[in-house]
Amino acid sequence: MSDIPAPAGAEVDQDRRGFLTFATVATGAVGAAFTAVPFIASWSPSERARAAGAPVELDVTKLEPGQMVVLTYRKKPMYVVRRTPEMLEHLAGHDGKLKDPESKKSEQPDETRNTARSVKPEYLVLDGTCTHLGCLPKARFEKALPELGADWPGGFFCPCHGSRFDLAGRVFEGSPASQNLRVPSYSYRDDKTLVIGVGPEVTGAA
Amino acid sequence: MGASNDGLPVRTGFLGWLNKRMPVDAFMRDQLTGYYAPKNFNFWYYFGVLSLVALVLQLVTGIFLTMHYKVGEATAFDSVEYIMREVPYGWLLRYMHSSGASLFFIVVYLHMFRALLYGSYKAPRELLWLFGMAVYLALMAEAFMGYVLPWGNMSFWGAQVIVNLFGTIPVIGPGLVDWIRGDYGIADATLNRFFSLHVVAVPLVLLLLVALHLVALRHNGSNNPDGIEIKEKKGADGKPLDGIPFHPYYTVKDLVGVGFFLVAFAIVVFFVPTFGGLFLEKPNFEMANPLSTPEHIAPVWYFTPFYAILRAVPDQQIGALLMALSLIGFIVLPWLDRSPVKSTRYRPLRWKLALTVFVVSFVALGYLGLKPAEGLYVLLARIFTVLYFAFFVLMPFYTRGESTSRVPDRVTFHD
Repeated sequence: MSDIPAPAGAEVDQDRRGFLTFATVATGAVGAAFTAVPFIASWSPSERARAAGAPVELDVTKLEPGQMVVLTYRKKPMYVVRRTPEMLEHLAGHDGKLKDPESKKSEQPDETRNTARSVKPEYLVLDGTCTHLGCLPKARFEKALPELGADWPGGFFCPCHGSRFDLAGRVFEGSPASQNLRVPSYSYRDDKTLVIGVGPEVTGAA
Repeated sequence: MGASNDGLPVRTGFLGWLNKRMPVDAFMRDQLTGYYAPKNFNFWYYFGVLSLVALVLQLVTGIFLTMHYKVGEATAFDSVEYIMREVPYGWLLRYMHSSGASLFFIVVYLHMFRALLYGSYKAPRELLWLFGMAVYLALMAEAFMGYVLPWGNMSFWGAQVIVNLFGTIPVIGPGLVDWIRGDYGIADATLNRFFSLHVVAVPLVLLLLVALHLVALRHNGSNNPDGIEIKEKKGADGKPLDGIPFHPYYTVKDLVGVGFFLVAFAIVVFFVPTFGGLFLEKPNFEMANPLSTPEHIAPVWYFTPFYAILRAVPDQQIGALLMALSLIGFIVLPWLDRSPVKSTRYRPLRWKLALTVFVVSFVALGYLGLKPAEGLYVLLARIFTVLYFAFFVLMPFYTRGESTSRVPDRVTFHD
């Protein structure tokens, strides 16, 4: 724009003209950036979606030993199992038959990357959708069930394609699924209240 | 593109009134009757105009489908079934739109191959190529979001897989995925925004890009199978010796091609609209179900080369990165190719082999992307991924100092 002729008799201060042009463009750009904020923000999950996706809570002391309850979190079923000491004991005996006994290739929060795959060994919390094709594995906690073989240690069985998981959600060899069942992010708000959807880094307690 | 009055008819009456207010005659002369295109165009030069025909078909059928389609988690699938069964000729509109998408990609891929074959991306047509690539990217976004709209089970899971790819971006990934979906899973909010983008935003962008593509094309004129600039050899009248007026010669030629294209299109629409599960995948005739994943999640065929590259890598993050890079190779093509010669006709065997290997790899990856990622398929996908990237990455080396054969001064023309 520096080639716009100056009015007759006027001296053109090109520096001043350049500065004003720059200042005008910069102000406009800042305004455009602020105007973009509401448009971009409108794509974030709405209040309704946030409320529907809020963390879910459960008083775990109400579970009987060996009992499982299913909670729904963000449209997915969450399995919570209170394992008996006997169930926990049996977790150690079959590492050789598992695809990923140490959960190296599986999805879980860091604090559950252990044999029991849980924060408190007694309580198992799993995302109940099969890592193969998203069906819902069934609870088959009794040992040596006839249809699952004499060496069945108890666990989960997916009726769709036959994937088998142990009582820590770890997948057995010979299953179509290749990953262990996912463990969602969860924590305990106090001694008995399980919160699914809030990790320990948020509550500060494990 | 000058707006002089040379040689324009003297108009009176309405046309005179019109031309005083808008340069109708001058525009026709500059863009059609006085626009000279190389006289040696061959079969490969049909696919530009066919892309335009496909775009118009998609716009028209899309507008009419929107009149019956009901966006929403609860209504989308049913409204598509309603269109298929109860709207008069609704099945025709829907099949024209769904098959039209696939045919659009077929002609676009052939159009792109033509550019590779005759060096149409090389100077001075780099910008033309870049606008073309932008059209291609916009088209992929358009097709992906369009496939989500029927809310079939493959719509849902395809969207899941593709949107989750953004989750592999370090740091911002997980938040970005929630932002794209507008929920914590593929949901009503996702479907609604994809509808808006598919029906309004992306088509507007596409039209703008196509217009820019055409402006850039007309500025330098078309390349041709010999890769010669016809403007360099002009007759006494100032017209290129090897050019013929676009209208009537090429408009009429193009109409023949359009006729054949429409016949092929009609055969697909009437007899094989799903094309054996390639144009419309079988799981998509079942409503979206977040709790049941289809046996094999595969995108529609036109995305499968890139999907195969994604899955060839065991690490999802690197796989997603490679998939993005596989498109960037295309974009920077004009600067990778160092050969002074445009057309493959006058380039050495080395280039011809490279191009052949690339085309074979692209087609093979397209096939492998449809297959489950296991066993031999994975190994083959890895081999072809390496070959695909070798074509681009090694190009500056194998095209430098090419021993090209002599390019003729004038286009070769077979009667």
